[in-house]
Amino acid sequence: MTDLTSFSAAELAGLVARGESSAVEVTQAHLDRISAVDDRVHAFLHVDTEGALDAARDVDSRRAAGEPLGPLAGVPVAVKDVLTTKGVPTTAGSKILADWRPPYDSTIVRRLRAAGTVMLGKTNMDEFAMGSSTEYSAFGPTHNPWDLSRIPGGSGGGSSAALAAYETPLSIGSDTGGSIRQPGAVTGTVGVKPTYGGTSRYGLIAFSSSLDTPGPCARTVLDAALLHEVIGGHDPLDSTSIPAPVPDVVAAARLGASGDLTGVRLGVVREFAGEGAEPGVLAAFRAAVETLTKLGAEVVEVSCPHFQYALPAYYLIAPSECSSNLARFDGVRFGLRVGDDGIRSLEEVMSATREAGFGPEVKRRVMLGTYALSSGYYDAYYGQAQKVRTLISRDFTTAFDQVDALISPTTPFVAFQVGARTADPYQMYLADLFTIPSNLYGGPGISVPCGLADGLPVGLQVMAPTMADDRMYRVAAALESAVGPFTPPAL
Amino acid sequence: MAAISREEVAHLARLSRLAVTEEELDTLAGQLDVILQAVAQVGEVTAADIPPTSHSVPLTNVLRDDVVASCLTPQEALSGAPDAAEQRFRVPRILDEDVAS
Amino acid sequence: MTTTLPAYDEVVARYEPVIGLETHVELGTNTKMFCGCPTDFGGAPNTRVCPVCLGLPGSLPVANRAAVEATIRIGLALNCSIAQWCRFARKNYYYPDMPKNYQISQYDEPLCVDGYLDVEVNGEPVRISIERVHMEEDTGKTLHVGGATGRIHGATESLVDYNRAGIPLVEIVTKPIPGAGAMAPEVARAYVTELRDVLRSLGVSDVRMEEGSLRCDVNTSLNLPGEQWGTRTETKNVNSLRSVERAVRSEMIRQASVLAAGGRITQETRHFHEDTGDTTSGRSKETATDYRYFPEPDLVPIAPDPTWVAELKAALPELPRLHRRRLQQEWGLSDPDMQSILNAGAVELIEATIAAGATPTAARKWWLGELSRRANETGVELADIGATPVQVAELQGLVDAGKLTDKLARTVLEHVVAGEGSPAKIMADRKLEVVSDTGALTAAVDEAIAANPAIADKVRGGKVAAAGALVGAVMKTTRGQADAKTVRELILERLGVQG
Repeated sequence: MTDLTSFSAAELAGLVARGESSAVEVTQAHLDRISAVDDRVHAFLHVDTEGALDAARDVDSRRAAGEPLGPLAGVPVAVKDVLTTKGVPTTAGSKILADWRPPYDSTIVRRLRAAGTVMLGKTNMDEFAMGSSTEYSAFGPTHNPWDLSRIPGGSGGGSSAALAAYETPLSIGSDTGGSIRQPGAVTGTVGVKPTYGGTSRYGLIAFSSSLDTPGPCARTVLDAALLHEVIGGHDPLDSTSIPAPVPDVVAAARLGASGDLTGVRLGVVREFAGEGAEPGVLAAFRAAVETLTKLGAEVVEVSCPHFQYALPAYYLIAPSECSSNLARFDGVRFGLRVGDDGIRSLEEVMSATREAGFGPEVKRRVMLGTYALSSGYYDAYYGQAQKVRTLISRDFTTAFDQVDALISPTTPFVAFQVGARTADPYQMYLADLFTIPSNLYGGPGISVPCGLADGLPVGLQVMAPTMADDRMYRVAAALESAVGPFTPPAL
Repeated sequence: MAAISREEVAHLARLSRLAVTEEELDTLAGQLDVILQAVAQVGEVTAADIPPTSHSVPLTNVLRDDVVASCLTPQEALSGAPDAAEQRFRVPRILDEDVAS
Repeated sequence: MTTTLPAYDEVVARYEPVIGLETHVELGTNTKMFCGCPTDFGGAPNTRVCPVCLGLPGSLPVANRAAVEATIRIGLALNCSIAQWCRFARKNYYYPDMPKNYQISQYDEPLCVDGYLDVEVNGEPVRISIERVHMEEDTGKTLHVGGATGRIHGATESLVDYNRAGIPLVEIVTKPIPGAGAMAPEVARAYVTELRDVLRSLGVSDVRMEEGSLRCDVNTSLNLPGEQWGTRTETKNVNSLRSVERAVRSEMIRQASVLAAGGRITQETRHFHEDTGDTTSGRSKETATDYRYFPEPDLVPIAPDPTWVAELKAALPELPRLHRRRLQQEWGLSDPDMQSILNAGAVELIEATIAAGATPTAARKWWLGELSRRANETGVELADIGATPVQVAELQGLVDAGKLTDKLARTVLEHVVAGEGSPAKIMADRKLEVVSDTGALTAAVDEAIAANPAIADKVRGGKVAAAGALVGAVMKTTRGQADAKTVRELILERLGVQG
């Protein structure tokens, strides 16, 4: 029998549903793979062996009893450690939550459980999802399975590396400025940022509330769509959740897989197709554009003049919100407490706790955001960034009057060496140059592998209008059917 | 000219409840200056008449019915507390009588 | 400071006060502002909490429709405009009773703006302008341990209970109120009293100042006539109507003494002390935190549908001032009579007593007479005296039916107040009913005549006044439960004398 870890989620679900494999066998195969490779990859912060096997046994017994199973029943999934899991450690990659076991499940995790998926464990990430390389995890970096000396992207490097290392067929990420799509691109996997409000944020530890979007990660576009369908949809516990059905992303992915894009108009974002990206990335992107044209798509160039201000606007809005969101980490109700010696005051203990519990990138952003919201600076920084946000959204709506979807490289550069960009924080920020506009606008984006540069994966990003997630699945699935597969060297 | 002084960074650290060290202050001052210079580019955009966007979803009036839902047990509520006594969260003595509302 | 404080008359002769009031009202909704935890009072610590009101990582708020509706109704009752579109904002500051270290409130976009409330001070109408009415969430409660007095100073540690955290609060802010002069303390009190009555009539809160469901901060400043308004202080912890008045008065006197000595008023928060009636300095506003308000990204804007607002407006109850005017007419009372009812806080009690069957005169007699006297003696609010309007009406019914004399009724009322149950039950239990059984009464009369033949003869002889001694004897044997007039008639009848 072929190694169960090499199958797609769709295939595994079929094997379990037909009884050709048990959920326990599927789960055990992935747990074994994790044991074999994760000491080198370090995609996981916590492996919930017992919980996973219990969930798998439950699926098997329900199947035996003839009960109906969900479309992904028995399929393993890894969850970024930014989503709460009842009784299972949830750290957000931070020392300040090192020992926290939440008393509640996030909505996404609840839906994953209800669908019969098997949660293998929690994946590594940049602390509080702030970073683009997973090097800002308080628990050590994750390594890219394509080249262990390189970063797997971030902040959700663990979720994407786990896919590339065949430790899981599915994973969940969260995307505030590109934290699903950029790791997807540099690990040669698929990463989806759904429409903001299309997936629930309840139980997602907040970084920047108006931008944070949880979403599916997989090795194939169809698998991502299947996972998207399970986790998406309205949640009354999240006030910003859109009360509408999930667009039919699974049908769109199947349609795209036929390889026909006749009648689809795609716009290349002029501002993202020239400067700012490595030559190898641009070459792979241009080749992908040609492929899309061959598949029948009409490709035109469109201008989004305010996209150049997306990065600065993002680095005002996200830190501002994070400075407030992270205020609750004070050592009173949960998490780390440092310096409580019976002499020091609460204020001193709180400051010592946050100083010890937060890493350097989190501190930078908290302070930057505190500054941008201060009276006297608010209008020039946070207020102005919100106006720029409006202009960026208008660029999108103008563009979508002309085309069905926009395309660009996902990230300006391929996976870089561990340590290459940590000295200069702003250099790290550039990794999200092309992904940030969708977050500011709220529309969906997908990264799909489109080629290799110097033997390392390059991703193509498809951006669609809000609540038109299905459009980008169709384009991504068509491209996927025409290029690849891109398989990393054996670990 | 630097966008932010070392003193301002020290003030931000206090506001943010971060007991940063002197060496950290030096590093942070330099880094925040670089970042602030870069993000200040938003000021180049003419946007005086543009309404700000605080939410990207066009929703209003998302309201919940006034119906009681289940609570955590006190054990669950206190399960993550660094310190607790008498079924309450224990904190060190409070210096600052900073009660707002 | 050892400076003697100036007399209040001197203060108002020299300075003009400007006051302002910020009132926080805990709404009486079933659940908290942003989560489904119950709001009921007095649960064991941390039993009414969930991930949302504990501020656990990942949790999100969802606004309570009933709280939004109550806020709009308050705004309408205070003649405010209701915003067509407004947002919540985060007010950022660190304090352990605030689970998220920010409070969800409203900043520059309150739900209701620009209203007014008409109040009466000594029979004179005064219009108080309302600046805004907005929604926010309450904090938890902190218990300070180790200090001598349970206060924050000297405490070695504190214990936090989050049951109250997240209970819906509505903040009602007046515009500055100049021109009240010497009446400023009374104006402040009249405003809070009227506001409390309005809120109660709306049924949005139990408005109990002692329990903190109605909390008041009082802003006070003084200026010389014709000059700019002075620097204001904000006095917190004002927990009764009487304290509102005292806090304004004492702060006016304190500020006048500082100014007269050539000092200057610091903009600061001050704390009122019920025991001494003084205010003491709290946090200085000049070093106050920058709250870094910004729109709450976790909650979408509130845009009340005009139809909804119109429906709420149409369904508002009659407001207390108009209601009182109508009652005064119905009860046929003079202005001073009505005023004495208002001063006693007896309007609703009397109204309910009438609704339960008593006449206006009788209802007023009991509440302003016996019960007010007892309330004054024991220092409790009339409403908390222990007798209900239904019981008072029942008591009067017993009097009207001749089962109780006025004197007996007062005795029964004492036992009602003591919590022994309904008047009828007390009358039965304690055998206080008027002896109206003629047979029993005749026997008692005959007995008295037989025991006092000399007196009986005098009466027979025409000295009718002598019958009083016989009446006294009968009353004694019936333990006061007979009607003296009836007894007298019976005695004369038995002795064959015309009364």
